[in-house]
Amino acid sequence: MSTFLNLLVYGLADGAILALAALGFVLIYKATSVINFAQGEFLLVGAYMFYTAFVMMGLPLIAAVAVGVVVATILGVVVERFILRPMIGEDPISIIMVTIGLSMLLNALVQMFYGTSVKSQPAILPRGSVDFLGATVPLNRLLVILIAAVVLTAFTIFFRRSRHGIAMRAVADDQQAAMTMGISVRRIFALAWVLAAVSALIAGVLLADISAVDQNLAAFGLLVFPVVILGGLDSVPGTIVGGLTIGLLKQFVSGYLDPGLATVIPYVVLVLILLVKPYGIFGETRIERV
Amino acid sequence: MSTTAGVTPGAASAPGGGPGVKDSDLLVLNNVEVIYDDVILVLRGLSLGVPEGGIVALLGSNGAGKSTTLKAVSGLLPSERGEVTDGSISFAGEDITRMEPSDRVTRGMSLCMEGRHVFEHLSVAENLVAGAYTRSGKESSSDLEMVYEFFPKLADMRARVAGYLSGGEQQMLAIGRALMARPKLLMLDEPSLGLAPLLVQEIFGYIKRLNDETGLTVLVIEQNARRALEVADHGYIMEQGRIVLEGPAAELRENPDVKEFYLGLGDEGSRKSYRDVKHYKRRKRWL
Repeated sequence: MSTFLNLLVYGLADGAILALAALGFVLIYKATSVINFAQGEFLLVGAYMFYTAFVMMGLPLIAAVAVGVVVATILGVVVERFILRPMIGEDPISIIMVTIGLSMLLNALVQMFYGTSVKSQPAILPRGSVDFLGATVPLNRLLVILIAAVVLTAFTIFFRRSRHGIAMRAVADDQQAAMTMGISVRRIFALAWVLAAVSALIAGVLLADISAVDQNLAAFGLLVFPVVILGGLDSVPGTIVGGLTIGLLKQFVSGYLDPGLATVIPYVVLVLILLVKPYGIFGETRIERV
Repeated sequence: MSTTAGVTPGAASAPGGGPGVKDSDLLVLNNVEVIYDDVILVLRGLSLGVPEGGIVALLGSNGAGKSTTLKAVSGLLPSERGEVTDGSISFAGEDITRMEPSDRVTRGMSLCMEGRHVFEHLSVAENLVAGAYTRSGKESSSDLEMVYEFFPKLADMRARVAGYLSGGEQQMLAIGRALMARPKLLMLDEPSLGLAPLLVQEIFGYIKRLNDETGLTVLVIEQNARRALEVADHGYIMEQGRIVLEGPAAELRENPDVKEFYLGLGDEGSRKSYRDVKHYKRRKRWL
């Protein structure tokens, strides 16, 4: 029972971070139809930017988060404006190649400036553990779940209620009609990239805190693909369900079966879902009236 | 060329717009030329004017350039590789020929695209909120009530996903959504497309009521010339990218050319067979 609860908490924490990372991916895909292979590197860059502000510059936590958000915003705008916008109207394969190139570029830049060694960063979340239904579970994992839940809820409310959130969904639905409403499609594209970079920053910082600040953060970001394929490329609720499923599956397989198998299992799921339900569980089916 | 009094054949090449165009008009198109993909000439010197508070119908057959005209006015051409290469468009005295679409919406022009184009995965209420994007939240919430009052059907369906509404309901939503921007000029691209005759009548009834009750200026494109000329004050007839005939709607309705060609009625009021019309079309062009 104790093992189960521990695996549950670890799995939910991983899943919550995955959901945050996948959210950015889905936002970009939904609004701009671009498949962003650099989403994992966004996590990496976010975590290193926070490390720079928090450890190297010695800023207080809140200020370091603020710096991270500002840098992520700039990253999102620059990537959209100078890399993706010139590609509008190009072949989807070319655009995918561009985002793969971007991922390599970001990876290389991080290596160039920070090297490949693991950076030590003081723990942000408290390291203690709490008794939970007779099991001892780490406090920081519980807090990760909580923070991710708050951020995801905030994003959901933004899409459901706010003017800009609704405008983003409108652009995803019908760009030309959105233009006739006076919605600037370019600004919405930029907003999608900014939100993706910011959600990746949060995911990156949380992940770095429960693991370490190193190059492996980008590899974790690769797990975004099984998550979004499972949940549906264009579904925000799908990222949460997909993220939690993959997170839990990994931890349970690792705990009960074999840790080696756990690294493979998300991709097994990916292949199975593609075979059975290619639009994912929550993927938008095209509405067709007869 | 037989024309009744008051109806003038188009003078597309006349300087300063056609004879029906006045500088005081809310919307003025002056010798507008539009080219797609750098080679396809779609509008060749089109001039028309829409007076404030009026309903103007723009008629013509498929491919005459009607939709292109509205896209030029609302600034959507660049997104379709089109460009206004000559002439000018002005709205309320201001030159808008190359203005961003969103700035045009802010200045009071709203377009209801052909085929309704509602946001299918958004609810009715969210569609309307999206329509008010250019305006602040407080103003638009009172407009929301106004639209619901005008289209009571929409109020009953506010939580429904727009993609599953019927064609007539989607057209109401599209018009309501365009109204949320508080336009001075509402442009409608074939509001009757794919709707049953009764619904067409209902939609045109709404357009007329909007014009009567709020003084909204309307520019409407139609294939259904009869219906459009019933509600319009003034009509323009397009062929191959320019205006070939224009005049007050009542007179256009009585014009033998229009009757025969666009209303499908012969001199005796009887329907002509397709063969006759085709022959007629070949025999007689206004160009």
